[in-house]
Amino acid sequence: MGRRLSTRLLRVSGRLLVGLILAFIVLPAVVVTIAAFNERAILSFPPTGYSTRWFTRALTYRDFQTGLWNSLVVTAWSSTLALLVGTGFAIALKRYAFRFKGTLEGVLLSPLIVPHFTIGLGLLMLATGIAAGQGFPVLVLTHVIVVLPFVIRSVFISLQNIDGRLELAAASLGARPGAVLATITLPLLAPGLVSGWLFAAILSFNEFTASLFVTSQATQTLPVAMYGYVREFADPTLAAVSVIYIAVTAALLTFANMVLGLGRVLNVEQSR
Amino acid sequence: MSSRAADVIPAADRRSPDRPTPDLATSDLPAARTARRGAAAVLLDGVLKRFGTVTALEETRLRVEQGEFLTLLGPSGCGKTTLLNLMAGFLEADAGEILIGGEQVTATPPYERQIGIVFQNYALFPHMSVARNVGYGLRMRGVPKREIAARVEETLALVKLQGFADRSPRQLSGGQQQRVALARALVIRPRVLLLDEPFSALDKNLRGAMQVELKEIQRRLGVTTVFVTHDQGEALSLSDRIVVMSAGRIRQVGTPDEVYRHPQDRFVAGFIGDVNTLPARLETLSGVRATVALGDLRREVEAAALRDRPPGSPVDVFVRPDHLGVRPAGEGGTLPARVAALVYQGSHIDLHADLATGERVVVRVPGQGALATHAPGTAIGLAVPQGGLVAFPPE
Repeated sequence: MGRRLSTRLLRVSGRLLVGLILAFIVLPAVVVTIAAFNERAILSFPPTGYSTRWFTRALTYRDFQTGLWNSLVVTAWSSTLALLVGTGFAIALKRYAFRFKGTLEGVLLSPLIVPHFTIGLGLLMLATGIAAGQGFPVLVLTHVIVVLPFVIRSVFISLQNIDGRLELAAASLGARPGAVLATITLPLLAPGLVSGWLFAAILSFNEFTASLFVTSQATQTLPVAMYGYVREFADPTLAAVSVIYIAVTAALLTFANMVLGLGRVLNVEQSR
Repeated sequence: MSSRAADVIPAADRRSPDRPTPDLATSDLPAARTARRGAAAVLLDGVLKRFGTVTALEETRLRVEQGEFLTLLGPSGCGKTTLLNLMAGFLEADAGEILIGGEQVTATPPYERQIGIVFQNYALFPHMSVARNVGYGLRMRGVPKREIAARVEETLALVKLQGFADRSPRQLSGGQQQRVALARALVIRPRVLLLDEPFSALDKNLRGAMQVELKEIQRRLGVTTVFVTHDQGEALSLSDRIVVMSAGRIRQVGTPDEVYRHPQDRFVAGFIGDVNTLPARLETLSGVRATVALGDLRREVEAAALRDRPPGSPVDVFVRPDHLGVRPAGEGGTLPARVAALVYQGSHIDLHADLATGERVVVRVPGQGALATHAPGTAIGLAVPQGGLVAFPPE
């Protein structure tokens, strides 16, 4: 009896702990969402009256409009480029043995460890040095570097899950290496490629620290524009932008989940 | 039994009993590129493979005849899979030459060898239907669509999978997946069919049925087949010839009967079939026969493996459990022994007995009578047959 009671206690407290952790993670989003509907022109919690005017302001504010557009353009370019480059590197690292392989792997994965402001500052100095300015190419390059490790790891894991005998069987059936890649390897790699691209896109869309260094007024991304805004104003517009941000990201993930099955795409579930 | 775990002894370099090599000098000529009469289906000439410092396959010569079912048999790590991968072109030999149908293929990539292969896990393409799996090799060869459809259908009929064309591989049972893999390998009309332990993932009943079916198909098509297995029963029942391998070298090449009844060395004798090892002493050597003393018994064995041994030296006699007999204790012409255990096996009893000299032997007694008459502890006389014995020097 006592044992059953303790088991139940353990189970209840376990659930409580999980609930608390989830609440803790979600809390900021909840606070920001509620604050976004605050009627008054200061960021405060709890609100005294409710209004949606800050959403109107967020959507019509010039810097946010261009920032969002810039963010979308940079995200599309950088995640796609990172996918192409990262897939190539992942295949090379997985399939081939060459000198300095370990060094190359270390360098490619180093953005996971090197602070983003260091990367941003370095690229700013480089861009200034070669008079490239703070244009989109430098910004996209920065994002590619920052998200590359995630693409490489995602593709690498998917490669690991492909049975090498499938490619051998294809070769024995007359498929040249290029045909094996196109008809066997890439189709089987697709979930990994999609998840890699999705990771890259989300990270790029949210990237702030490095972007701060390499953007100008003309190229600033949404997070940079938000940072600029919060230094000048303290009204709930920023909270409204955040809500839009959260909603868009959640919608994207929901869509990905419906179309592809997120568990499979993120390699959490076994694909079999 | 005891000698199933017999260690590998370094045997003299045994070469397979081959016919003379076809004239290799002409094989570069266009006329010689197509399979000729008399050319081996596969010929490995001095092929050697190392992985780093480990020699996976020592210098090997092997000839596979047109249309034959050849089995590479040996424990894991014996080099049989390496040999298969060399034939398929998945590995490159460090020395020697490989010819398929008389054509030099040593440096030919797998996609130009026209070889069919069935893997242990079947390696079906999970993102393609059964029909697309089977038709893959034809699409890669640019065969016209209509012909692909016809040949896929015909081959699916051959493996009795009509009506499964649109299924996905993961909707199929293990046996069905294996048929698809076989059809996919056969549809390209391979010069050689390679089978890498294809039955080991199937349960026992299905395995037997699939073996019979594979053998039928192989005979009907007359396709040269090289089959890799570690299961000696499978090898004995399917093969025209068996290549017994261990530690990276070929131990013996012969028909199932030859390797079963006339093993050339200790390893083969211990690996093929269940066997007892009895300690004995060499008495005389005369020509192809030798006489050995088993306790008070005298028996004749083949002399080849004992030729360089002086009379009086110890030898091990190999005898199969079903060749031994159980007699009353003290009967003339038997070895004294005591029953240790009885193991019920359905159609027969495995009687485990200890010899007076301490060795444990297994006797296969037909029927169930022994259960009642030979309780553990009973003293018996062990009858050793006059013929069918082989002997080798001790390890």
